Amino acid sequence: MRTEPIADGSGTPVPVARTWHWGRWLAAAVALAVAGWLAYLVVVNPHLDWGKVAEYLFNERILSGVWVTIEISVLATALGLVLGVLVAVMRLAHNPVLSGLAAFYIWFFRGTPVLVQLIFWYNLAFLFPELVLKVPFTMIGLKWDTNQVMTGFTSAMLGLGLNLAAYFAETVRAGIQAVDRGQTEAAYALGMTPARRMRVIVLPQALRIIIPPTGNEFISMLKTTSLVYVVAGHDLMTNASQIYKANNRIMELLIVASVWYMVMTAVATFLQGRLERRFGSDAVRLVRGGGVAARVLPKVAA
Amino acid sequence: MNAGAAPAAVAPVVVATGVRMGYGGVQVLNGVDFTVASGEVSCVIGPSGSGKSTFLRCLNGLEPVLGGSLRVLGEEVGHTLRDGRYHPWTPKRFAAFRRNIGMVFQRFNLFAHQSALENVACGPVHVLGTPPDRARTLAMEHLDRVGLADHAHKRPHQLSGGQQQRVAIARALAMNPALMLFDEPTSALDPELVDEVLEVMKSLAAEGMTMVVVTHEIAFAREVGDRLAFFADGVVVEEGRPRELLAAPEHERTRAFLSSVLGAQEGPFER
Repeated sequence: MRTEPIADGSGTPVPVARTWHWGRWLAAAVALAVAGWLAYLVVVNPHLDWGKVAEYLFNERILSGVWVTIEISVLATALGLVLGVLVAVMRLAHNPVLSGLAAFYIWFFRGTPVLVQLIFWYNLAFLFPELVLKVPFTMIGLKWDTNQVMTGFTSAMLGLGLNLAAYFAETVRAGIQAVDRGQTEAAYALGMTPARRMRVIVLPQALRIIIPPTGNEFISMLKTTSLVYVVAGHDLMTNASQIYKANNRIMELLIVASVWYMVMTAVATFLQGRLERRFGSDAVRLVRGGGVAARVLPKVAA
Repeated sequence: MNAGAAPAAVAPVVVATGVRMGYGGVQVLNGVDFTVASGEVSCVIGPSGSGKSTFLRCLNGLEPVLGGSLRVLGEEVGHTLRDGRYHPWTPKRFAAFRRNIGMVFQRFNLFAHQSALENVACGPVHVLGTPPDRARTLAMEHLDRVGLADHAHKRPHQLSGGQQQRVAIARALAMNPALMLFDEPTSALDPELVDEVLEVMKSLAAEGMTMVVVTHEIAFAREVGDRLAFFADGVVVEEGRPRELLAAPEHERTRAFLSSVLGAQEGPFER
């Protein structure tokens, strides 16, 4: 907005009047009134014990739940990302069997609710009481009790990871397909095999499109882990619910859990911003700038 | 070329006999007969949709040949004769075959995530297994050759179209190809950038590189080409020495095409 005076017809500087944004003031007043009123209702609510909220915020079980939630989120996201890239590459393969398998995987895991998958993995023992890994026709092998392997933690990781892979595969596929067809042709013309073209030319460029949504997937995962409470995964939500089932302070503990979820989301959002600033505009620095990616992805000396 | 002291009967680099190709019920090539001798520059002209680019892409196996015979560098493209049958190539076999054939595209197709130098070093490093340091030195020489040593560390989007196309030529040359294919290399360029690319191609031709050039630059074909083929409707309508063919085309199709193209073009080599 201009603040410098404007010369009138005779050359005398005349100040510029200030614009009043009536709409903004009105909206702010209404928002403040409504939000303030709601906040007041909650804060002074006689049924809500803020002392309990403060007491449980740094409770040992809550903190260990926060840590388990982070663990499950990180491991499930890692599993989902690796498997997702694999499924996407299979989906785009010329081999119709591989492509069909990948399509089936995506359909199956997107078609069944995560909740169902979590409960399924947790109760795998009903189908297979023992997990056996052995060389066929011999006695050599390993055997586990399914219930010992499929704890709440592992079934949570598997269920969430396999599910994310199905969604992430579609993100990766979109990223790969967004890379110009001419890049593939140039790679082939140089004498590259399809696999090398994918690794050296296409995937590094697809990353630019793939990386920003991964931050989103992780943030979403942080909160999806709350479903794990149905299989008693000892995550934040499980522990919070176990506490409120014992002391009946449901609202207080939901507030405690929400505060921690919001803190985790805020941290993840901050990291996502850094990730996007680093890779969003230019995938190449991922290959060149050092770090894990530089070791995983090939590079030509520059 | 050099008809006088010809080295005794060098096998032609390209021999196409009745090559047919099509997709989705549309016939693109209807029996192309075409030969390229070693060291020769063959120019291909023709209206858009005549199949000239498709034919060029058949030469290095980017498009499949569906009928006839296409022998490039002594091999039937896409198939190997064994035990009385022609066996289709695997992707790996195709890759090995393409190492010896350089290709330059209309839209450059430089690897967008790599610098000019990395683009040129990419083939040697990832296909031939040249040590990166060595590949880098060689790449620098190739860039210098196309006059872009100063731009080695720039990315494709920081270069002009003409510069990008010269990097693309350097990238193809880095593989030491026995045959170079050019698919309308100057068609996507601003008019003032065309010459710098044509100059590089002329110097390549002067060094005796075997080249097949699909182009609309009639003047270039006249000046640099040893052979000129006119494509229309998926066949070679007529073929001959560029000066003769351009001066006195035999077919009505050729005459019509040339008059429409030459009317609009006043090339730098025109006299």
